[in-house]
Amino acid sequence: MKKIEAIIQPHKLEDVKEALKGIGIDGMTISEVRGHGRQKGHKEVYRGMEYQVDLLPKVKIEMVVSDERSSEVIQTVVRSARTGKIGDGKVFVYDVAEAIRIRNDDRGDGAL
Amino acid sequence: MPYRVVWAALLAPALALAQAIPPSTEARLDNLEAAVKSAQSAGDNSWMLVSAALVLMMTGPGLALFYGGLVRRKNVLSTMMHSFILMAIVTVVWAIAGYSLAFGEGLPFLGDLRYLFLNNVGAAPNPDYAATIPQQTYMIYQLMFAIITPALISGAFAERMKFSAMLLFSVLWLFIVYVPLAHMVWGKGGLLNAFSGGRIPCFDFAGGTVVHVSSGVSALVCALYLGKRKGFGSDQMKPHSLVLSVIGACLLWVGWFGFNAGSALAASPLAASAFVATHFAAAAATLGWLLVEWLHNGKPSVLGAISGAVAGLVAITPASGFVKPFPAMLIGFVAGMVCFFMVTVVKSKFGYDDALDAFGVHGIGGSVGALLTGVFATMAVNDGLKNSAGKSLPLGLIDGQPGQVLNQVIGVAISWGLAIVGTLVVLKICDALIGVRASPEQELEGLDVSMHGEEGYNLET
Repeated sequence: MKKIEAIIQPHKLEDVKEALKGIGIDGMTISEVRGHGRQKGHKEVYRGMEYQVDLLPKVKIEMVVSDERSSEVIQTVVRSARTGKIGDGKVFVYDVAEAIRIRNDDRGDGAL
Repeated sequence: MPYRVVWAALLAPALALAQAIPPSTEARLDNLEAAVKSAQSAGDNSWMLVSAALVLMMTGPGLALFYGGLVRRKNVLSTMMHSFILMAIVTVVWAIAGYSLAFGEGLPFLGDLRYLFLNNVGAAPNPDYAATIPQQTYMIYQLMFAIITPALISGAFAERMKFSAMLLFSVLWLFIVYVPLAHMVWGKGGLLNAFSGGRIPCFDFAGGTVVHVSSGVSALVCALYLGKRKGFGSDQMKPHSLVLSVIGACLLWVGWFGFNAGSALAASPLAASAFVATHFAAAAATLGWLLVEWLHNGKPSVLGAISGAVAGLVAITPASGFVKPFPAMLIGFVAGMVCFFMVTVVKSKFGYDDALDAFGVHGIGGSVGALLTGVFATMAVNDGLKNSAGKSLPLGLIDGQPGQVLNQVIGVAISWGLAIVGTLVVLKICDALIGVRASPEQELEGLDVSMHGEEGYNLET
């Protein structure tokens, strides 16, 4: 099993969700986060006081999928989240040791 | 001539009726006079009561929202409380002695105690101030000015003053700075009162010196005395909600019609003139601030637009009952640009932490307006200044009275002097008695939790 963690532009969330639904993935966890990589922030000025805002709003998507499906899911996320500009975000992939469904104690791929 | 007969028949009962109730012409004239008086009083009184309510609305919610939006989220309640609590505490001290010391006829510098505990302040008008409205109306209208003035200062010490110290400061400041200044400018026999035989005749229609110069300069003294907020210059201190500030600024704009047009103390053509001047100045000042900001920073900000409007409203305050619409716009436009320059260039150059720019907007805007009043005041708008023969006198520079500009300079200088010295004395007293500044821990936690035990936003509950 793989955990796929994608940090994307907030306005691409709907596109990514739709694309994932298209390949039959509809379980995911979303959080609103703030951060930045190479993208520079912007300047805000309040009555002459300048503030550099470099932690920008992003959306983090987390999902765990079976090993067989992982590359397809990664491709789908990357394709649907891409605008081609700096700030599009990143995808990280981790190995997952175990998954357990709390309701009935299912284990492994069956719990996903 | 049959129709003559008809006329006579018709007129006979009317004549009989008139003879049946035979008031003398004199008595009928007396009745008529009383009816006219009562009608005028009804008109003036209703406008003045509405104006008083409008001025109260400037403090709460107007200023509370305007200032509340400009601070960080952890201080929104404490900042709004600064405005709200003054609606309560100033009211009480005004009734006890404030009104009397400001408006009782006394010395050129201070009133006497004839209206202590509102003694003799009732339905009868006080012809020294407003002959057509109950003195109670005049008293409550003036109270609303006394409420907003210390509330304006709170913009300078926001986010770092102890609540107890703020209460003590506001009450002492009211008696040491506001009340004497109000008496000098508006009180009967006041030193600067142009319309009541003041030694230095100064024009201040609605409180450019009494309200704005006094509060703005006192704000600078507070900012310097308290020192900067922790983290000033390094931490982000962005306004937490400009949405609140925009709503507050709009309420201030509307409330200002009561402030300035109400200062005519009657529902008169002068009130209409002041209303028009007020609105035009606010509009021009918005554009003035925004224009220089756009050129200077590359972007016209919403905070700039609302700050410009307030600066224009401040600057037109002393002039509103003396100037025509286009000079009003010029005053507003100049004030918008000057105040922008003050809060951006000058403030950052000197590095004082006037948190919400009470000095840059009210101290400077008020001074600019008071000086320009001496230039643009005209008897074509206000014929209230009369010589002993009852003839109206010219007012400002454009009326051919250049000396008035000097009078205005002296009036502004006296206001600055009283504000600086008075505020320093009051701060020293408060500091010695209870300490003025919140502890570093309280400041870091935010005054909402540390002073009041509450948070402004509990959105997750």
